[in-house]
Amino acid sequence: MSTLTHLDALEAEAIYIIREVAAECEKPVMLYSIGKDSSVMLHLALKAFYPEKPPFPFLHVNTTWKFHEMITFRDRMARKYDLDMLEYVNQEGVKKGINPFDHGSAYTDIMKTQALKQALNQYGFTAAFGGGRRDEEKSRAKERIFSFRNASHAWDPKNQRPEMWKLYNTEINKGESIRVFPISNWTEKDIWQYIKREQIEIVPLYYADVRPVVERDGNLIMVDDDRMKLRDGEKIEMKSVRFRTLGCYPLTGAVESTAHTLDEIVDETLSAVDSERTSRVIDSDGGAASMEKRKREGYF
Amino acid sequence: MNGLLKFITCGSVDDGKSTLIGHILYDSKLLFADQEKALLLDSKAGSRGGKIDYSLLLDGLTAEREQGITIDVAYRYFTTKRRSFIVADTPGHEEYTRNMAVGASFAQLAVILVDAKQGVLVQTRRHSRICHLMGIEHFVFAVNKMDLVNYDEARFQEITEEIGKLSRELSLKDVKIIPVSATEGDNVTEKSPNMPWYDDGTLLDWLETVDVREQADTVFYMPVQRVCRPNHQFRGFQGQVESGKIAVGDEITTLPSKETVQVKSIHVGAREVAEAFAGQPVNIQLSREVDVSRGCVLTDDPKLPVTKKIRATLLWMDDEVLKEGKDYLLKLGTKHIPAVVKQILCKTDVNTGEKLKTVQIGKNEIALCELELSEKIVADRFEKHKTLGELILIDRISHMTSACGVVEEVETGEEKPYFKNGEVKAGGFIFEEFYFNLENAYLTRQRTEDKQYQVGDEVPVQGDSFHYPDFFDIISVEDEAAILVRNRKITDIIELGRYEYSGVPVLDERGFELRIHSAAGLLDFRKEFKEAVNRDEREGKQNTGMDAKAQVYNRWSRFETYRRVICNTNFWFI
Repeated sequence: MSTLTHLDALEAEAIYIIREVAAECEKPVMLYSIGKDSSVMLHLALKAFYPEKPPFPFLHVNTTWKFHEMITFRDRMARKYDLDMLEYVNQEGVKKGINPFDHGSAYTDIMKTQALKQALNQYGFTAAFGGGRRDEEKSRAKERIFSFRNASHAWDPKNQRPEMWKLYNTEINKGESIRVFPISNWTEKDIWQYIKREQIEIVPLYYADVRPVVERDGNLIMVDDDRMKLRDGEKIEMKSVRFRTLGCYPLTGAVESTAHTLDEIVDETLSAVDSERTSRVIDSDGGAASMEKRKREGYF
Repeated sequence: MNGLLKFITCGSVDDGKSTLIGHILYDSKLLFADQEKALLLDSKAGSRGGKIDYSLLLDGLTAEREQGITIDVAYRYFTTKRRSFIVADTPGHEEYTRNMAVGASFAQLAVILVDAKQGVLVQTRRHSRICHLMGIEHFVFAVNKMDLVNYDEARFQEITEEIGKLSRELSLKDVKIIPVSATEGDNVTEKSPNMPWYDDGTLLDWLETVDVREQADTVFYMPVQRVCRPNHQFRGFQGQVESGKIAVGDEITTLPSKETVQVKSIHVGAREVAEAFAGQPVNIQLSREVDVSRGCVLTDDPKLPVTKKIRATLLWMDDEVLKEGKDYLLKLGTKHIPAVVKQILCKTDVNTGEKLKTVQIGKNEIALCELELSEKIVADRFEKHKTLGELILIDRISHMTSACGVVEEVETGEEKPYFKNGEVKAGGFIFEEFYFNLENAYLTRQRTEDKQYQVGDEVPVQGDSFHYPDFFDIISVEDEAAILVRNRKITDIIELGRYEYSGVPVLDERGFELRIHSAAGLLDFRKEFKEAVNRDEREGKQNTGMDAKAQVYNRWSRFETYRRVICNTNFWFI
């Protein structure tokens, strides 16, 4: 009798979850952050419903500080698969000129957390898929696959609903919503191996290329447009770099690399000595419990 | 590579579960450099005087780190040269038992920690019992803190005996016992020089090599998650093959609608395939239109039970207690329907295993209950078909997942008809007793022996709670059958269409008198019944309070003509 490989089992679990949400939740949406995890999620959603299109829209919460290549990629994917792709920008934040250079953690709160809440409220989504993985961070390791949020989108980590077998409880009251993490049990290695096996398209920024970067607080920050102001002593260097995660360009550190193919990226990942979120500046802001704190406040 | 192993660690508070897993990760060089740096920093500030506190690797919530305890289950992923692992590290406090059960429902193997100083505790027994209940078949008992008992072999033997007793009580099949010290690292990943008397491998050795493959269930079944209809040409049923395999051209049965149909095509993702097997997510097209929607089951075993009544062992997880008669939402397979907990048959003392009589169940208690579902669904014993035997109950107001459970028994009525004559079959309980339970004010029906009546059999016309005449007819409009009793013997069992009123009293299959006194009366009753069934199907039953079928019964039947209810104070059975 045939048995599933490790990746097949993870894929089956994710597809089961995505279908359960489509069948049971009133108004689902898939959050699309354009990163590699989102690419995998999109791929899984396409597979889960084929030959039907995914029966829900995709939502990109745009901080206006994403890498330009990400936006190009997003629009191309939406056209290619004829997706219902929504974009949400916190216009109030834009008007006030909130930016990652001057506003630190307030920027993340306003342009990401608040923007996400506003978007979910505006459209009345009752369930939102996210690409969070339990291996990313300690508070995520504790989170259920179906994670409940009260009317103000807050997570109560001390009082999570039991989640037994694959019998997901999707019941909610008016105003409440669910965040669903179909790839909770995947590791970064699984993601890369799956991308390779399925030949999934990802943003070219994941591949090494010569890019203009500045060294700042121990991170290599790419100068993606002229909104990036150089500090004293900083100078732009051309280096062969790639990104292990993608987000807002001023907050995402590059790693020096010459990995031009998926094979090389997987090799690099397997021998990596730093876990992936260290290259994302945002998480180390606020100590060990910062992710939990943001999640309690409504961050994904 | 030995494939993926999903396991949990459990045991009482402070038995060192998180420390043990932390130590495996640390020793196996499975931490990223930044995680290791954070661990060293955290330990410096922590309660262990600068020594590495391995548990900090897992206790990720602020409240956990503040209190130094594990509240919720944490998942960790690691790979050694020999195997990939997902470990669920679960809380030890009784308060958080339900979080431990979450981990148990996910795992293939349980590592149960036992403190060498304390031995087997109530919580050890509770956790072992819950793991067993959730279907875990492989157990490793890690007798921890051996350093605190001077690595004493005699002490280890004492605990081994306690564990042996517990595993016999729970009929655990695969049990391994290893003496370890999680803080010092003895027998965790490396053989301990402190316990030369133990020479049966380390914990990690065991985890890397243990064979957890399940006995393959060969029946094909797939609960339908969703109907896929992108256009007029395509109508597929999406779901996961839960066991067995399925190929294009196979003949299968749809349940509960019981239609026989052929498989026209199978998709796994965007790929069209000739066959699919257990675990794969599929999209199946059938050879013709069938009455199938979410919650139905496709199978190659037409005899899978379809039932409205099940007995299940429940683990109660809600702060609010369970009382008999309360209404919940039940989820089983992909079916999501209202259900009532009719009766709490008994609860299990987690410590002794004793079965106790009770009328309510509190948080973290285990009880055998009888559930009545609002409609017939496909369900089976957990032991037989795992996915058709797992369930949760959801509170209709708070939406809390109040209980999880496994099906122990299904009542189908169809499998064993009461009366049978060739193809003509009828159910019912005309010769069963009704008792009124003075303690919980429930009317219960006592199931007698599983007797089946055929033509020529003598019938019991008198019992505790019934007294029938010597000559009578039984008609079952539900099963379309009539049974003729003459001088206490069954003289014929025939299709209802062939039955003619003959002047003897007419009863239904429950022993209620039917007010049929002429051939015309018989026709009227059958006509009203048929109309009522059609109306119920058309309008649904949920909102009307009493459905049309019940109204017909109330007009036509009388309970008290031949039956009465007997009181009973000590009435319960398993």
